[in-house]
Amino acid sequence: MNAVHVAAQPLVDVQGLRTVFDSADGPRVVHEGLSLQVWSGDIMALVGGSGTGKTVLLRQMLGLAQPAAGSVRVLGQPVAALTRRGAAGRIGMLFQHGALFSAFSVLDNIAFPLRELRVLPRTLIEEAALIKLRMVGLEPDAASKMPSELSGGMVKRVALARALIMDPPLLLLDEPTAGLDPDAADGLCDLLRTLHRDLALTIVMVTHDLDTLFELSTRVAVLADRRVIVSAPPRQVVSHAHPFVQQFFGGERGQRAMALLGTPPVA
Amino acid sequence: MRGASFKPASPVGPGLHVRPPAAATAVRWLRLSWLVTQEVPPPPSSAALGSDAGGEAAARPRLKRFDAQGVKLWRAEGRWTALDMAAPGAWAALRRSLRAGQNSASESWDLSAIERLDHVGAQLLWSHWGRRWPAHLSADESQRRVLQTVARLSSPLPARLRPVWGASWYALGVRLVLVKSHVVGLLALLGQLLLDTGRLLRKPRMGPWRDISGQLYNTGATALPITALVGFLIGVVLAYLLSRQLRQFGADAYIVDILGVALVRELGPMLAAILVAGRSGSAMTAQIGVMHVTQEIDAMRVMGIARGYRLVLPRVLALMLALPLLSTWTTLWALLGGMLAADVTMNVEPAFFASALPAAVQASNLGLALGKSVVFGWLIALLACHHGLRVAPNTESLGHGTTASVVSSITAVLLVDALCAVLFKSVGI
Repeated sequence: MNAVHVAAQPLVDVQGLRTVFDSADGPRVVHEGLSLQVWSGDIMALVGGSGTGKTVLLRQMLGLAQPAAGSVRVLGQPVAALTRRGAAGRIGMLFQHGALFSAFSVLDNIAFPLRELRVLPRTLIEEAALIKLRMVGLEPDAASKMPSELSGGMVKRVALARALIMDPPLLLLDEPTAGLDPDAADGLCDLLRTLHRDLALTIVMVTHDLDTLFELSTRVAVLADRRVIVSAPPRQVVSHAHPFVQQFFGGERGQRAMALLGTPPVA
Repeated sequence: MRGASFKPASPVGPGLHVRPPAAATAVRWLRLSWLVTQEVPPPPSSAALGSDAGGEAAARPRLKRFDAQGVKLWRAEGRWTALDMAAPGAWAALRRSLRAGQNSASESWDLSAIERLDHVGAQLLWSHWGRRWPAHLSADESQRRVLQTVARLSSPLPARLRPVWGASWYALGVRLVLVKSHVVGLLALLGQLLLDTGRLLRKPRMGPWRDISGQLYNTGATALPITALVGFLIGVVLAYLLSRQLRQFGADAYIVDILGVALVRELGPMLAAILVAGRSGSAMTAQIGVMHVTQEIDAMRVMGIARGYRLVLPRVLALMLALPLLSTWTTLWALLGGMLAADVTMNVEPAFFASALPAAVQASNLGLALGKSVVFGWLIALLACHHGLRVAPNTESLGHGTTASVVSSITAVLLVDALCAVLFKSVGI
């Protein structure tokens, strides 16, 4: 974060992606020739109807799912190289339901990636984990709680702290505000914006929440017709002619969100 | 903004009072490097800075000390991130140089050569400085922001639970309470099961027959191959072992009696019960446990569907029906194995074996075996459901519950079997 990033190549580079699922009635093509670039410093929102493969795309960026064809390069490397030792220092992921380790306490959950390096001393690790815990807006006494004792918003925050423990340059979020009350969702948005500024994070998020989308994103990529039909700053995307875009942003909820927030932010 | 500029410490260090020429240079250089962070002039006595030479080695977090006539300067280089600090050898070297500079917060620190400083690196520096700003600090804006975040949010670690005197005494109490809760839970489950059975008997047409048939298939039909294999092998092994002993006494023909009674009365029901406890008991516990964790049981309750009637009763009834059948099946395969092995090792012909068997094993043994199996099935299903319903929403509890279910049901099966052996010692032999 200290060095000036020279954005010679995109942080995430998806080229000619093809994804096929086997279903009961034959193979179902989800992505066909999909290409997407995320540049350093972007907050990219992935938008699309249900079943357009947004979460699958995130999973492919993480190397959790293999595409049928095409290449996914993250941080200039093929995805397979990401999951080696210390992967938490390269990429962070906030899963939709947190995916906290239910057998560990909150502090142990956050400290887990650092502990697994098996080098750093225990005090340093726990102090660093506590910093992240407080950074996401939780009190130190939450550290000894178990995941099952946490509310939905707290689970998201702890999961975010865990994703950020090694300050990865790239953070992926799957529905970060789903299931949160408006206050908690606003809090999470503020938090993400602060982290984006302070840590020079690049964020890719899947979201259906238009408030979050307009509040945070610097770019919006719309998935429809098995590919990315437009990837641009929100204001340009809103005026795109594709029927899905019109229906998504032009619908009642979209109008309301835009009216509430005035004009969407320009990148 | 605290420490945002090159800040002399309030009591100026003794070395800075005199300001020998070299010290003045160092201070000027520090100031310069704060103003122009991109252009770092070479430090006074650094041999190899290597900011652009050699990727791996240059990225290592390093700490160097320069001592220019009274002015002590610590210069941090490389990538101070968790990942780079954990690189092979990097941490050991870094710790050595940190140890060399105890109490060095009163000296000058230059971070401008750090390529990347993350929160873990900042935490390391902050702890090393004793949680206060060093006398002189040269760092760029983003490094300062990271350090300030750490300084602001750093808090003492929550106290660890220390072993208390008399902990084992308290642990005993905890165990007693746990035992009590198990007993109460089992009694409640048993009572509910009795009520549900009554309900089923009163209105058999409304019974959960589909669930029972599904469970019967899962616990019974799909267990046929494995019980057959295990039974057959045990039969073969027993016959081989017995053949040597019996031949010494010339009592070859008694193999039918020994194998028959042992397999029909004890081993058949026992093997089937142990296999089913491991196979179906654990599956029942895990299934009910996960349903509990994912709130499926709550959802059923909200819809007015009794969990006892739809989850526990079908499993118990199905296993009470399936286990006698399975135990008969296992016994048959074990006898087949024993018969073949007896033929091979002792030339006891299968035809003789088959004709001698009814005389050797009285029919009451069969009844005893079937009765025991019904009780085993009831016990296994009841304990599996009991442990499943106690699973708390975390993975550890699920694993613990499944283990407890298998261990307790096998133990219960063995206990009941021993009890039967004592109670019915005069029956059928």
